[in-house]
Amino acid sequence: MALNRREAIKRSALSVAGLAAVGGAQVRGSNVQSSHPSHDPGIAGAVGEVTDAGIDPHAFLETFDHGAVSRSPSDQVVRAFEIHAIDREIEVAPGVFYPAWTYNGQVPGPTLRATEGDLVRVNFTNLGTHPHTIHFHGIHAARMDGVFEVVGPGQSFVYEFTARPFGVHLYHCHSVPLKKHIAKGLYGAFIVDPRSARPAAREMVMVLNGFDTNFDSENEVYAANTVAFAYQRKPITVRRGELQRLYLVNVLEFDLVNSMHLHGNFFHVYRTGTALQPHDYTDTLMMCQGERHMIEFTYDDPGMFMFHAHQSEFTELGWMGMFNVVEAVA
Amino acid sequence: MSSPVRAWLLGLLPVALLALLAAVVVTTGLEDFLRRGVPPVEVLTFDRVTLAPNAIRAELVNGGPNPATVAQVMVDEAFWTFTVTPASEVGRLGRATVEIPYPWVRGEAHEIKVLTSSGLTFSHTIEVAAETPQLGLPFFAAFTAIGLYVGVIPVAVGLLWFPFLRYLERRWIHFALALTAGLLVFLGVDALHEALETAGRVAGAFQGTAVVLVGALGTLLGLQVASRRRLGVEGVERRRAVAYLIALGIGLHNLGEGLAIGAAYSLGEATLGAFLIVGFMLHNATEGLGIVAPIAQDRASIPTLVRLGLLAGGPTVIGAWVGGLAYSPLYATLFLSVGVGAIAQVVFALHRMVAQETDGAVWTPYTAGGVLAGLLVMYATGLLVAA
Repeated sequence: MALNRREAIKRSALSVAGLAAVGGAQVRGSNVQSSHPSHDPGIAGAVGEVTDAGIDPHAFLETFDHGAVSRSPSDQVVRAFEIHAIDREIEVAPGVFYPAWTYNGQVPGPTLRATEGDLVRVNFTNLGTHPHTIHFHGIHAARMDGVFEVVGPGQSFVYEFTARPFGVHLYHCHSVPLKKHIAKGLYGAFIVDPRSARPAAREMVMVLNGFDTNFDSENEVYAANTVAFAYQRKPITVRRGELQRLYLVNVLEFDLVNSMHLHGNFFHVYRTGTALQPHDYTDTLMMCQGERHMIEFTYDDPGMFMFHAHQSEFTELGWMGMFNVVEAVA
Repeated sequence: MSSPVRAWLLGLLPVALLALLAAVVVTTGLEDFLRRGVPPVEVLTFDRVTLAPNAIRAELVNGGPNPATVAQVMVDEAFWTFTVTPASEVGRLGRATVEIPYPWVRGEAHEIKVLTSSGLTFSHTIEVAAETPQLGLPFFAAFTAIGLYVGVIPVAVGLLWFPFLRYLERRWIHFALALTAGLLVFLGVDALHEALETAGRVAGAFQGTAVVLVGALGTLLGLQVASRRRLGVEGVERRRAVAYLIALGIGLHNLGEGLAIGAAYSLGEATLGAFLIVGFMLHNATEGLGIVAPIAQDRASIPTLVRLGLLAGGPTVIGAWVGGLAYSPLYATLFLSVGVGAIAQVVFALHRMVAQETDGAVWTPYTAGGVLAGLLVMYATGLLVAA
């Protein structure tokens, strides 16, 4: 009752003001929505610069780790990779630090790349504080699946399998609690090229991710390649007329669906990158958790073109960027 | 050594020892040991959020044990440009003002979220967005009108029962006094509830609940001591003193009420409810009756009645101004609890007055019925307000 009374006072207050208005008094600003805003309404985006993300998003975009190459006695190409699990704090938005679990000190982990039929050997050492694994997507033996052979802190494990099928794949920790181990940053892209090389193109990788900085099982920060708004603040330069090939990996936790939307253009979709002919031609591509695709597009006109999740919320919470299409790259 | 010096030294010994131990904790890294490597927890509280065209302004208080850094600001789940003054790092018990240029929408709800450097979020919801009134003649006109309608006019109407009361027999006067006590108890509980609720929004370090205790008990004891001489005398003078005390108690209560109304109106928490004004006036008119009940058997000049009315109702206007201009949960809690203390003191004074007039036999069907009637009147008229 006491509560109701005070609530009612609040409610009645506006009526009183109404009476005041009748009496000749007018509360200033009661007609706020003027057609000429008196201030700059601001823009969506972060304030400041990220300096300690563990990766340079622009370098990461075009960096592919092909491993240390050798030949097996049977003349199979062997690609050896060194992966360490390391606890590290990373800056995911200007001034916002997240206590991540990383592969090789970076989120996403290095983009591993092999050709179909290569023998992939991953020497994994857990330098972190929790048990971890590496679970590769692909076709391999059960004991190489990175699920049951949990690698404790200080322990090592060697994953070995033949890279197949070709496509855009993913690796991530499969320790329990699974959601926690992925959300903390233990994931990366794993690209397997077809035996016959694809047409020449400028190649990029974007791992779509997010960060639950206050641990309430919802993401506060969204991004392509960890750093919110990185490609908005510094657009990605694209040469006019050049074929662009973008490997997309969605590892977003907590939100069921993510997407890629390209402005002023359409792109060819190679679902999971497992075909040589495109499956679709669109400008908006929906991606479930763990889903990957390869897309290809060419810009015919110079200018600034936005790309972002078409979940507007994700866009304004960091997952947006720009392609700056120019005549020639300096 | 002379004994006074010795006494002082003995008295200061534990204090010196405490200072020494505090220095040990601060200088030896004992703090880090006790913290066990766990990162410090940041706590930011929204104190006041105001709106101007295309602009949101949020005043933050750090009520936690550690400094906190404002890293990013979100409005309605979107990172947004902002500036923070004087600095993004807010020290313990420090304050910061965040200015966000944002095209907010009139009449809609908006959520502001501050993201700290450690990734924690602190949010505030603007229930109904409306431009915060600016200081000026229109502001004073509107907020004075609010105060007049909610506080002064109902009390003044209630005072008009004074001539009627003079026709009553003594036992019915006691009934009226008990009725006054009943409605005061009702108001006191209401204010206490509101004070404790507001205390929950006070930044942790400022200990809202303790503010309620200190404010209420401090006021009660202060008024007890201050009024003991005037209440000690007999007859007219004491009855008038009681009337003034009631007016003061109701006035302090109304100050808190005005504060809440002004804040709610200017901070966009108020929504429309046209006919509530009528119910509200009925509800508060009983306050005027309570003020004149003790002096029913005396003569009272018009100026005296005006003074009583202004003392009880006027603070609503002042409260509305203050609430509209500079609302803060801390001050609101303090004002509300001061009102609680003042009301408690008046109830004691009423009890003592009736006790002396009845030689200690306070509880008759008239007095008990009066208290109950006071509570029921407030409850019944409250139903109108709560609609």
